[in-house]
This record gives sequence, C-alpha cells and structure tokens, in this order.
Amino acid sequence: MTTIETSPEVAAATSSDADSGRFLASVADWLTSTDHKRIGRLYLAGGLLGLLDAVAISALLAVELLDNEGFVLDSGALPQLLDAQRIALIFGSLLPLAVAMCVAFVPIQLGAKAIAFPRLATTGFWMWFGGLILAGVALINDGGTLGFDSDMVDLFIVSLGLMAIGVTATAGSVATSILTTRAPGMTMRRVPPFTWSALVFSIGIFLVMPVFVGTLVYLFLDHRNARTGFGGNTGIFDWAGWLVTQPASFLFAIPAIGVLVEILPITFKKRMPARGLMFTGIALIGVAAFGAVTQQNLQNLPWSGSQLSGDDIEQKVRDLVPYSTFNLLPVLGMLVVMVIGLVIARPRRGMRVNVTAGFVLSFFGFGMIFVGMLGTVFYAIDDLGLQGTVFEGATLISIVYGAALAVMGAVAHWAPKLWGRTINATALLVLALLGMTGAVLAVFPHYISGFLGQEAGPIYSDGDLLAWNILVLVGHSLFLLTVVVFIVLTIMSTMGHDDDLGDDPWDAQTLEWMTTSPAPKDNYAELFVVHSPEPLLDLKESTTTADRSQA
Amino acid sequence: MQALPAGAAPAPQRQMLVGVSLAVVAMIMITGSMLAVWSLQRTRAIDEIGSWLPDGVTIPEVATNVMLLAFVGICVFAQWAVYSAKRADHGHATFALASTAFVAVLVINAQAFVYQEMGLGISDGTYAAMFYGVTGLFMVLMIIGVVFSAVTAFRYMGGRVHDHEIVAAHAIYWYATAAVFAAIWFVVYVTK
Repeated sequence: MTTIETSPEVAAATSSDADSGRFLASVADWLTSTDHKRIGRLYLAGGLLGLLDAVAISALLAVELLDNEGFVLDSGALPQLLDAQRIALIFGSLLPLAVAMCVAFVPIQLGAKAIAFPRLATTGFWMWFGGLILAGVALINDGGTLGFDSDMVDLFIVSLGLMAIGVTATAGSVATSILTTRAPGMTMRRVPPFTWSALVFSIGIFLVMPVFVGTLVYLFLDHRNARTGFGGNTGIFDWAGWLVTQPASFLFAIPAIGVLVEILPITFKKRMPARGLMFTGIALIGVAAFGAVTQQNLQNLPWSGSQLSGDDIEQKVRDLVPYSTFNLLPVLGMLVVMVIGLVIARPRRGMRVNVTAGFVLSFFGFGMIFVGMLGTVFYAIDDLGLQGTVFEGATLISIVYGAALAVMGAVAHWAPKLWGRTINATALLVLALLGMTGAVLAVFPHYISGFLGQEAGPIYSDGDLLAWNILVLVGHSLFLLTVVVFIVLTIMSTMGHDDDLGDDPWDAQTLEWMTTSPAPKDNYAELFVVHSPEPLLDLKESTTTADRSQA
Repeated sequence: MQALPAGAAPAPQRQMLVGVSLAVVAMIMITGSMLAVWSLQRTRAIDEIGSWLPDGVTIPEVATNVMLLAFVGICVFAQWAVYSAKRADHGHATFALASTAFVAVLVINAQAFVYQEMGLGISDGTYAAMFYGVTGLFMVLMIIGVVFSAVTAFRYMGGRVHDHEIVAAHAIYWYATAAVFAAIWFVVYVTK
C-alpha cells in the first residue's frame, strides 16, 4: 500500500489556493450574474455610493456659501464641483437607485422566474458604472461643461452617453419583463402598483434617453471638431442640461412614488380602492417625460408684468398649455395618489395598522418629492422672479433626497427577499426622522432665500442670507449622516444572523411574499395562477374562512 | 401556508417582439430628435448667413435616391422571410434573410460613396459635424441590422426553425430603419 502524506505547509497552501479560487469565482459570478436580484443589488450599491458622493458634494458646495463674497474652496475647482453635483444627483444616484428597485423587485412581483434579457440588464449596469467612473475621471482632470481640458470635455460627453445608454438598456429589460413575463392571470390591471410605476418609468426612459443621446452625438462631434454650432463646452448645459433638472427628474422619481403606493395597503391592511385611478395618477406623473424631450430647461409662464389682465389672451394660452402640461399634470398625478392614499388610510372600526420603517421612509420620501414638484410649479412663473436663484437647485435636491428616502424604504421593505434578513427597524425609524430633518433643512431654507433673491452660485450679494445657508449646510450634513448610517445598517443586515420572521414578515398581499426569503435564484419553484391584484390576501382570506368553517 | 394553484406551462412570451419594438421606439426618438435639432440649426444658419449647405458641397442625389429605393427591397425580403418561416419553407426563409443582409450591405456601401463624393471634412463647420452625426447614426443602425439579419439566418440554419418570432422581430427592425432613412432622406438629402 502506498501512503501519500501531505505536509501541513502544502495542505495549508492548497487550502489557501482553493479559498482564493472560490473567492475569485464568487466575484466573477457576481460581476457577470444574470440573476435580476444580484443585478439590482449591484445597481443599488453603485447608486448608494453615488448618493453618498452627491450629498458630500452638496455639503461642500453649502460650505462654499458660508462666505458670500469670496471663495472658501478652491475657486478653480468650483465649476467641476457644480457639474459633479448635478451628475451625481441624477446619473450617480437618482437614476441607478430607481433602476435598482425596478430590476431587483419587479420580476419577483410579476411571479416570473427571471428578468427578460438578463444579459442586456447586466451589460446596462456595467455601461452605466463605466460611464460614471469616466465622468469622475473627466471632472477631476478639468473636464465638464466649464472645463478647460478639451479631451476631458470630450470624455465627459462620452461618459454621459455611456450612462444614458446603460440605463436605457436595463430599462428595456424591465419594460419587456412587465409586458411579457407576468404570471398567468395577472392582467395589466392586476400588476402591483410598484410594478406599474416601474413600467411608466421604463417607457419614459425609452422616450427621453435617446433624445439625450442624440443631442450628445451632436455635442461631441461639434466640440471635437468645429465648435461653431453648439457653443463649445459651455453649450453642453444649454443643449443637454434639461436631463439634469425638472421635469426630467419627476420621471426618474416615479418608482420611488410607487414604493409608497405599494406599501400603503399593506400598512393599513386593506385592498387598494380605485386601482385604475391610482394607475392613472402614476401615469400622469410620467407626462413629465414629454416635458423633458421638448429639450427646454423650463416650461415657464413669461407673463412679466401683465399678470391676470385680459391683455394678449392668445399668447397667454400658448404659454399656459406647455406650462400646465409639464408642471401641473405631474402634480395632479401626485394629488390623485394622495387622495387614494387618504382613502386607504381612512380610519374604520377594528382597523389594524402596521407601520413599518419601509412605510415611514417611503412616506417621507413621497412628501419631499411632492415638495420638489410644487417648487417647480412656482419656479416656472416668471413674475415670481425665482429664475437664476438657488430655488431651482433646491427643487432638484428635494426630489433626489425624497427619492433616496423612498429607496431606503424599499430596501427596508424588500430586504427579506433579497438577502433573507430584515434591517433593524428601530434604527431605521430613527434614521427616517434624521433623513427627513436633513432633507427639509437642505431644501426649505433655499426656497426661502430664493424668494429673497439669493443668486445661484457661490457669490451672492445679500450677506443677511447667511443664516439660511448655514441651515442648508446642516441639512446636507444630516442627510450625509443618514446615507452613511443606512449603508452601514444595510451591510450589517446582509452579514447578520437570520431573523426568524418567515417568508411574509409584513403580512403582505402580493405574489413575491409567497416565495422563500431570500428568494431562490429562479424566484419560484412553480408558476402560480392569480385571480386578483392581491393573490396572497385572497389565499389568506380563503384559509381563514376554511379554518372558521372547520371550527 | 397554502399555495396558490400551480399554473400551466407559460404561453409564448413574445419577448423578442416586445424588445425590438422598444428598440424601435428608441431608434425613432433618437433620429427624430437629431433631425429636429438639424432643422433648428438649418433655420438659424439660413437666417444668419443665408445658406445651410456649405459652398462647393454637392449631394449625390442619385445615390441617396437609390438608397431609399433599396429599402423597398429590404422590407420585401424581410417580409418574405417571415412568410417563408411561417410556412416552414427553410430554403426560402434563409435566402430571404441573406438577401436582406446583402441589400443592407449595399446601402452601407452607397452611404460610403455619398461620403466620398461629398468630400466633406468632419471639421468643416456645423453642417459637417451634424451631417456626420445623423448619417453616422444611420450607419450604426444599418450595421446593427446586418448583424441582426446574420444572427437570425444562422439561428434558422442551425435548426431553430420554429422560432418565427425572431424573424418577425427582424422584419419590424427593418421597417423601422426604412422609416428612419426616409425621414433622413427627406430632411438631409432633399430639403438640404
């Protein structure tokens, strides 16, 4: 008999090699995964880092406002910081976080085993992520809309295009999933409200992003070659800036609104009434997409001086139609959502309410998004004199911070399906209050100082406005703390011990809570037939009825 | 907990048709937006300097008209492929797909000829940059279409003869590309 003896050193080395091999295989598996939950988590991780970046830059710019006559930061870096803030708010956080929720949660809500075109969704993520890195490189090296390095300005334009195409590719996967992979019996009227909001968002992306990319093609070619038709690098914001302001940001916040609509009936233990009307409300917010593709930064009311007099009625109607369509219709959509939400929350005898951290966060988020939309309604009225003030920046901050809070709510709500554990509820509730306080302080003081005439940018003439700017700095700092703590809590949850809350910890109504927590790679062991918008609630009620009749 | 009743095997999902339809929406939006900006810049240029097409530049209209006519052929061949695939006529379906790709390559060749005849440098001003932007996008769409035709044909030849959906999606793509080129032809080559 031959005995092969392995020395302890060799065994340790072999074991170490195997460990590193397993680690690399695991990393490669993650990076090339076609599992929608993993793709969604990649987007979520990237979006949260982008959000951290956006809030940190916003806080830095708020520091700059502490001196109204000079520069606190390096004045040469300010143009890049201003660009970085806009890009990080929209492309770095709002868009990827919205896409993350859609990719991670929609297929499982549909009762589907996988997302449609999973490789397209993964490719979209890497294009977005690559674009984000390149945008950072370009801005650090004096690129951007006010940069002096020509090659870096070109790189900046390319990076925007990459991010836009990446997000569009993934949105294509989401939209196709909703249109083709619904469980048997799940008509479009029976899809969960969050899924409906994801559909409106995805189709809106398909309408908006190609227009943006087409404009970027011109900007790139013109900047690279002639620089005569589009104003060089300073023209980038004139021609393409509409995507990083309102109403485009309304469109990107729609999934965040869908989160609250999804959690509302679970919180108040009711079925959703007037489902068609609720869906119409969400779709109305999507009208913002058409406002965006008109490529104007502002659908305003230029009635300077004439106010409500009967002069020049025809011109006033011409101004009023686009203004109402792109500014008021989304607000009307929000109002519809709010009215139906109030109907759901209307107290009745014996009503049980299950207020979760997910509900509180998404409720606060919805509120901030609404505040941002209302702000845009006022901002666009010329006679109020808000244009060119800090007011516009505050509306964008309100929408992005609101959406970020709602995303935190979504993660808190669906975390059991992603990694099988909940996030500490008490800590999240405290965090919700902290985040809401931060968001309010980051936004409202600039709403007020906007009315008081504080110019946008680092220099402003009225030193008495300093107090408002200090409050804004406090607000951004609190929100930064909120994001950091949320990331820590999320990481702790993913690495923590299993909590024995079962597959349906919130006593929910929709299909995704029927599978195990965490959901397996292909979501469901079998395909279910649904007969109503709340299949799980049907099942619970029929089980209860059967138990009673047996008793 | 009880489970909901298990469903039957899923129905055909038509994912390819829906996906290509979304891609077509994107294609129409990007071309439409580029042509809208083109028209805006053209109007501005005419108002400011009286002309849009640079002096000495002539568009070879025969080639551009032939490109438009070629799209009639592309659409007919693409539809022929759908017709044949539905009737399990493998030979005709494969031939129609190959013909579609071949005519598409001819269109790409014609566009290259247009570039050469016009002799326009990309740095020669706003018109040149925008001209190469619009037509360059069109070339990208054509190349994607040729690859789509090739993939469809190879899948078909490889034995996936019951996969009619991809052949129909392929036809939808080419119809949309034909519409896109018709718009480019009118705005860029006819209106000038």
